[in-house]
Amino acid sequence: MIDTPKGLVSPTTATERVAASMAKRKKSERNFQLLGRSAIAVALAFLVVLFFSIFSKGLPGFFQYYVEIEVEIDREKLDPTGDLSLQSLYDGDARGVIRSALYAAVDAEGRKNKRAAGKLISAGAEQRLRELVYDDPSLMDTTQTLRFALDDDVDSFLRGFIKRETPENDRRISDKMVEYIDRLQSDGKIVYAFSDYLIFGSASRNPEMAGIYGAFIGSILTLSVCLVLAFPIGVATAIYLEEIAPKNRITEIIEININNLAAVPSVVFGILGLAVFIGIFGMPRSIPLIGGVVLALMTLPTIIISSRAAIRAVPPSVREAALGVGASQVQTIFHHVIPLAMPGMLTGTIIGMAQALGETAPLLMIGMVAFIVDVPGGVTDPGTVLPVQIFMWADFAERMFVQKTSAAIIVLLAFLITMNAAAIIVRKKLERRW
Amino acid sequence: MEDGKMVEPQKVDAPVRPDIDLAKLPNATIGDIYVENPRMTARQVRVNYGDKTAIEDVSLDIGGSEVISFIGPSGCGKSTFLRCLNRMNDTIKTCKVSGDIRLNGGDIYAPDVDVVPLRARVGMVFQKPNPFPKSIFDNVAYGPKIHGLADNTGHLKQIVQEALERAGLWSEVHNRLDDPGTGLSGGQQQRLCIARAIAVSPEIILMDEPCSALDPIATARIEQLIHELSSEYSIVIVTHSLQQAARVSKRTAYFHLGRLVEVGLTDKLFMKPQHEMTNNYITGRFG
Repeated sequence: MIDTPKGLVSPTTATERVAASMAKRKKSERNFQLLGRSAIAVALAFLVVLFFSIFSKGLPGFFQYYVEIEVEIDREKLDPTGDLSLQSLYDGDARGVIRSALYAAVDAEGRKNKRAAGKLISAGAEQRLRELVYDDPSLMDTTQTLRFALDDDVDSFLRGFIKRETPENDRRISDKMVEYIDRLQSDGKIVYAFSDYLIFGSASRNPEMAGIYGAFIGSILTLSVCLVLAFPIGVATAIYLEEIAPKNRITEIIEININNLAAVPSVVFGILGLAVFIGIFGMPRSIPLIGGVVLALMTLPTIIISSRAAIRAVPPSVREAALGVGASQVQTIFHHVIPLAMPGMLTGTIIGMAQALGETAPLLMIGMVAFIVDVPGGVTDPGTVLPVQIFMWADFAERMFVQKTSAAIIVLLAFLITMNAAAIIVRKKLERRW
Repeated sequence: MEDGKMVEPQKVDAPVRPDIDLAKLPNATIGDIYVENPRMTARQVRVNYGDKTAIEDVSLDIGGSEVISFIGPSGCGKSTFLRCLNRMNDTIKTCKVSGDIRLNGGDIYAPDVDVVPLRARVGMVFQKPNPFPKSIFDNVAYGPKIHGLADNTGHLKQIVQEALERAGLWSEVHNRLDDPGTGLSGGQQQRLCIARAIAVSPEIILMDEPCSALDPIATARIEQLIHELSSEYSIVIVTHSLQQAARVSKRTAYFHLGRLVEVGLTDKLFMKPQHEMTNNYITGRFG
């Protein structure tokens, strides 16, 4: 061809050109697919590493070492007043009873040796004994084989985190203690069992006694407050803005601000809670009520934005149909728009709640990081939440807290998955497929 | 069809707004806009969407128990005018309607008028079948329920049955009333929508291109239905099909560029159009 072709090409040329361009197109399609697959593979690999790391560290955290010793439950020593009241039990020498049982188990003689033996057992043992006899007074003046948690250093030694080879001065347990541990182990008195402290215990300075129960209840209370506030307010706002509000400058400004709020760092909401609820209203610190309100403020934009999207996705023909038979605006919204938008609204709420469940920063600001041993009984009792508990544990020096941290993360993940599963079931029930 | 009989303009009662002498208007409609004992009267209707004028100077009567069809090229304002008649245009924020539209003598755009009872009296069937995503029964029962038309559940069932019978759907769905309305075929869905409109016992049914999404068999079925329903309801139908207008309607109104150009008995309008534009349109020269 001498002269450059102008305008439409002939069908034969077109066929040739199309055929020629196919290879290039196919190649770019293949490359794109490859790119997507490798991205997914990398993401999955990281996920696997993450889960492996959490579970390999966390699953042992659900177990701990206990010692089983024969305890003579001496009534006179345990219950000096003899009325089995709590006061009397606290006045009694539960510690001494356990100690002597332990000395007997390892044949500890002399002050120094006895002190080494005493260090083996958790400080929580005496409380266990008191609870035991308080619940079942018939155990008094009998000899029972009882199981007590070992001290966290002993636990770490048994797990191999504290090495036998380390010189005595550099490790937290003495040679004498090592000797006693070996003796207890050869007698079969040391057992590795499910850690009830982790699930039913609360915050504690002693790692072997620390548990997530208080934080778990705190999380449930905080999330309940958050859900009760954020869901109705968020959905109502979305409905009003989308269906009823006139489209003018004011609503536009409100919309922009809601979108901006979604991008505000969560710690800022914490400062807001601190300044307003604690500073101005003088409410107590560390309570799930304020935590819930702060998280609700943080969650609201997410719920509003996704609810509005869900409402917008309802086909206009449904609205027209309802208006056409004479339904009022409110009837149209409540009979037709909301039922159709509900699955989408719930999805937004789940995402918001999941965010709130994992949130730490704003709660630190309002004091939910406090060391609280008691389990909160209501939304106005001081408490903490799971992620904050994890945050605190991750900060502690003792080796055993590492396992407890990972175990708590597993519990948090399980909580999250349960919550999401429940929401998906609810959504599926509402989502009628027509 | 007595109510819809065409009469000479002189014989009619005074127009609703006697201050307007229609004949003197520059764009006056050709043909007889009046009927005896009109159910609905529209005078000097003008609709603006923002700055844009959609229709202007439209005046028309709709008689009792008549079928009137609106024809005209796309964008001529026939659907806009139809939607004025039950104030469906209210849902469009920028839409402004002026003029005078009366239902049985009452101004439907008066400030104190509630659109809810109006829409119960002037039902609507849309271009695309739009059953609610609910059961067939609930689709038809919804209107009577929200308006409190049924005395009890038994009565409601009767209403639903009768509406479905009149819409010619009962025999096809009576044994599956709990099935979703959206699971029906297109033609059945449209008849379900007609049943839904009938269930609230309206006086007028507005149909906005009800057959444009349907196949010829379903279309024939709907046309048959319109014919049957015309003994009880006034039906206003917007259509793009001239044949359909000719088949179903007693009167036809031709819209062009926002004006009602010509209106008259369907036979007359199709056989001897008075206006040149009408003639061009029905002979297929444009539109």
